[in-house]
This record gives sequence, C-alpha cells and structure tokens, in this order.
Amino acid sequence: MGDLDRVVVVGASAAGVTTAETLRREGHTAGLVLVGDEKVLPYDRPPLSKQVLAGTWEPERTALRPASAYTDHGIELRLGTPATGLDLARRKVVLSSGEEIGYDGLVIATGTTPRTLPFGHDLGGVHVLRTMDDALALRGDLLRSSSVVVVGAGFLGSEAAAAARRMGLDVTLVDPLPLPLVRQFGDRVATAIAELHEEQGVRLRMGTGVVALHGEGAVSGVELTDGSVLRADIVLVAIGAVPATDWLAGSGVPVDDGVVCDATCKAVDHVYAAGDVARWFNPRFGGLMRVEHRMNATEQGMAVARALLGAPTQFAPTPYFWTDQFDAKIQAHGVFPAEAEMVVAHGSLADRKFVAHYLVDGRVVGVLGWNMARQLLQDRHLITGLA
Amino acid sequence: MKVRVDVDACVGAGQCVLAAPDVFDQRDEDGMVVLLVEDPPAELEAATEHAALLCPALAIVVEK
Repeated sequence: MGDLDRVVVVGASAAGVTTAETLRREGHTAGLVLVGDEKVLPYDRPPLSKQVLAGTWEPERTALRPASAYTDHGIELRLGTPATGLDLARRKVVLSSGEEIGYDGLVIATGTTPRTLPFGHDLGGVHVLRTMDDALALRGDLLRSSSVVVVGAGFLGSEAAAAARRMGLDVTLVDPLPLPLVRQFGDRVATAIAELHEEQGVRLRMGTGVVALHGEGAVSGVELTDGSVLRADIVLVAIGAVPATDWLAGSGVPVDDGVVCDATCKAVDHVYAAGDVARWFNPRFGGLMRVEHRMNATEQGMAVARALLGAPTQFAPTPYFWTDQFDAKIQAHGVFPAEAEMVVAHGSLADRKFVAHYLVDGRVVGVLGWNMARQLLQDRHLITGLA
Repeated sequence: MKVRVDVDACVGAGQCVLAAPDVFDQRDEDGMVVLLVEDPPAELEAATEHAALLCPALAIVVEK
C-alpha cells in the first residue's frame, strides 16, 4: 500500500483485532498500533455471559489470539490506555496517558458501553456485563448468593438468567416488554423462549419496569412499576448498550447512535469504523445499520482493513447471530423487523426444533433456527438479495 | 496444512461450511462442526484459512 505509514486501530476487541490482523495478512507492512482500554490481552465477549459466567471456561480460554500473534504480526499494543481524543486536522489520536499517536489511517472500533439505570448502581451487588472484569465480578457474587434479579430480557439478560439458574440461584427476569426477546424475534418465538425459562424455574415479570433499587450499601430489593418489591442479593442490569463515542465529541467525526459511515464503512477521510460502534449504510437492506453481533465484528473488521489497503467495497453482509439458553441454540440470519410475518418452515415450535422464515411483503428477510442448525444453513439462501 | 476443530467451543454457526464445504460439515442434530479433511490439499488451503478467520467462536485452528 505504501502511502499508509501508520494505521491506528482504537478498540482492542473482536473488530479491532480482526482489522489489525487482516491488514497484516493482506499486505500492510508499515506501522500498526492497536489501542485498548482494558489491560488484559484482547478476548472474546460472547463466552462471558455463557461459559465464563457458568464457570466452565477459565478466562484465559477466551483470548482472541495468543500473545505471540501480536509480536509475530508486528502489532504494537497499547493496552490499558483508552483513547480520549481525536484531532482530525493533525491526524492524531490522544490517549489517556497523554501520548499522541499520528496516523495515516484510523479505525474506530471502540464498541459499546452498557446502558445503566438512572439509580442504584452505587449499591453493592449491582452489576452490568460487558467486560471480563464484569463477568468475573458477577460470577463471584452469584456464587455467594441465593437470588438474582436480571433487569432486561434481551440476549444478554436472558442468557445470564439461564446461566444463573443453572448455578442454582433463584432467578427473576424483568422487562417492560411483554415477552423476552420479543423485539428481536416476534411474539411466537418469544413465547417459546418465555416457556423455556419458566419450565427451568426462572420467574418472569414481563411488562414491568423498575422504579428503584432498595438497600443500604448493598442491594436488597428491586421495586417494580406495580409497587411490588423483589428480594435480590444481586441485580444484573442488562438494558442494552450505547456506542462508546464520548472520546470523539467535538472531533468532527459524525456520531449519531454510533459512528456514521458510508457503505464502505468510511466515516470521514482516513477514518473508518468497525464492529458494534459502526453505523454504516448496508446496501443489502437499504439503510443505516448498527449491528451488535459477534459475526459482524469479524466481517466488518475485514472489510475495513481491505478498504484501508486500497480496495474499498460496499459492505453488504447478512447479519448472523446466535444465543444459547438452557438447551436451546437459537441462530438467525438476516433481519427481523416487527412487521415481518413469521412462518414455521421446518419442524415445529412445540418440539422446540424448527426453522422459521420471516417475510416482509412476501419476501424472506430473515431465517431463524431453534436447535436446527443444518437446516437453517440450507435456508439461508432464501433471504432476498443473497447470492 | 493441519486443521483442528474445538467442538466444545463451536457454536454451530456454519460459517465454515459456507466458506469451505469440502473441509467442514455440521452434525445434523446440533450443528456442531465436523471436520471432513484434517490435512486439506493445497487448493483448499485458502478457503480453510478463511473459514478459520470467519469462525465467530474461534473453534478452528490451522497450522501450516
């Protein structure tokens, strides 16, 4: 590539690591710096709410790459030093250490930070779950406790509820929506997820918000909108995440629920974004899209690396994601808008083994499989626009 | 090239099957990876490596 003396990748998780590695694999020979806010070697996040929380994996097993991979690839790591500012005119990233790093190409891959309740996070036993430290702290508390209230029944909350239940805790899952994961998958699949959780002994309090956390020093209860109070040794707040873009304030990089990018994932000249933080125009679905899924971090990291190497192409993936809860492995390709009609194409909901198609105007926009991975893959090509 | 798969880490995404169908398959019952060829021939090496890079569970290890 020649004209890029140094690429700086800010954010050392799946998207950032993939970008850096792809740059090296595909010909970038000059400087390459990977900046991360956490001190530990980059690790993978999906196992945090599954194997790490359950204790079946040691934390080391989540490493994205062995330490040697960074030295072998000549990737300079700046860990434990979050970026705090960006000067587009001088092309410099400012780190918390005060260090300024010049770049010819910049990749923003800072991910998201957990959304929090407007109250109660100062109490002991109140957790969020995004980082390894979060996961280990939560697991430590779960091992010492008998009851947990999980606030938020999205992917993270429902997975964590399942993990905690399997650890033998008394678990209550709370969400203002009528069913867990209903926004993601619609009524029928969400009903099946609710039934699965209830069968396994998770108490569901759906259609209910949280108005206060009770306790002195440590949390002892969760007050709901109907006035009832749930006893809780621990509370996990899993109410979504917001793009980590504070460090870009005033920089001139366009930010609106993420770093706004064109179809090649470029935000402004010399600056690209990848992973959870990127909101780019996905030409396959004809709109701006921000995807907080693991697969996207890899694919978008690769795309951004290739764009920096002088081969920008439109990044038009079909999102893929999965969730593991109790014995259910739910996988999905595509998009699942609220207006989509859901049709069971193989198997049956009652057997909890099926593939469903989601249609908008008669066209398949998403396919979902529940314990039916092989059939699901065969149906993936039905999604409109897929080759 | 030598390929190893970690079935315990596998999430059954099937990305490897899409990337390198001659090297990887999935079990019918749970979608877990099945390695068809432990030492893929030269013409399948690029696809195999791509599969390992794409795997969202880092369940494929390629040694050259």
